[in-house]
Amino acid sequence: MNHLRRLILKGGGAGGVLACALAAGLLRPTRAFAAEWNKAAFESKSLADALKAIGAAGAAESADILIKAPDIAENGAVIPIEVTCRMEGAESIALLAEKNPFPLMAYADLTGGTEGYLNTRFKMGQSSVVKVVVKAGGKQYIAGREIKVTIGGCGG
Amino acid sequence: MSEPMKIRAKMVDGSAHIAVLMIHPMETGQRKDPRSGQAFPAHFIQHVTASVNDKPVLNVQCGPAISKNPMFGFRVKGAKAGDKLVIAWEDNKGEKARSEATIA
Repeated sequence: MNHLRRLILKGGGAGGVLACALAAGLLRPTRAFAAEWNKAAFESKSLADALKAIGAAGAAESADILIKAPDIAENGAVIPIEVTCRMEGAESIALLAEKNPFPLMAYADLTGGTEGYLNTRFKMGQSSVVKVVVKAGGKQYIAGREIKVTIGGCGG
Repeated sequence: MSEPMKIRAKMVDGSAHIAVLMIHPMETGQRKDPRSGQAFPAHFIQHVTASVNDKPVLNVQCGPAISKNPMFGFRVKGAKAGDKLVIAWEDNKGEKARSEATIA
C-alpha cells in the first residue's frame, strides 16, 4: 500500500517538474548531438504530416525494402522489426506506424559504412500498417506492411 | 543511475554486426495511473548514437513508440575486429549514458 502511495506521489512530483521544465523551454535536445531531435516530425499526429516533416511526402513505393516483422503481434508493447534495404547507399531509415498517436517511431541516420539494415522493437496501440521510409542516393523510398495487434502497447 | 548497456559486436562476412540493449522505461506519456487517472509523464530516449573508432556510424532519433528497454541492431561495413565501439543515448529528461565495447 505504502509503496504504491510513494509511487503515485513520486509520479505527481515528476509531472510537476516536467511541466515546469516545459514552460521554461528546458526540454530542448542538447547540442551535443549532430542532428537535433525532430520535434515537429515526432509530434505529428497523422502519417501524412509525419512524412512531410521528415521530407518524405513524395516517397516512391519500393520492393527493395524488406520488412521482417510478425503478421500478428500478441503483445503490442514489444513488436520486433528488422529492415533490410537492397538498394545501394541507404542514408537513413525511418519507421512509422499509421495508427499510433504519433506515427513516427524512429529515424536513423546511417553514416560511415553502416549498411541499410536496422533491427529494433517498437510499440503499437492497435493493428496498423507500418511504413518504412528509406533515403538512398538523395531519393525517398517507402514500403509498408500490416501488423495485427491483439493487445495494445500504448495506453493502459 | 542508469544501468549499463549490453552490447554485442561481432564481425560476420566483413561487416560488424552490432546489437545494443539499453535499460530504460520508455514511458510514452499516454499510460494512465489507474489510481489518480493522471498520465505518467513521458520519459523516453530521444537520441542514440554509435561510433566506431570515433567515426559516427549511426544516429537514431527515437520517439516514445520504441519498446521499453530498447534494442537496436545494425551492421557496419569496413569495421575490423578490435575497433572501438562507443554507444551513447540521451533521453527527454536529459539523462545520458555512454558505453564502450570492442568489436570481436
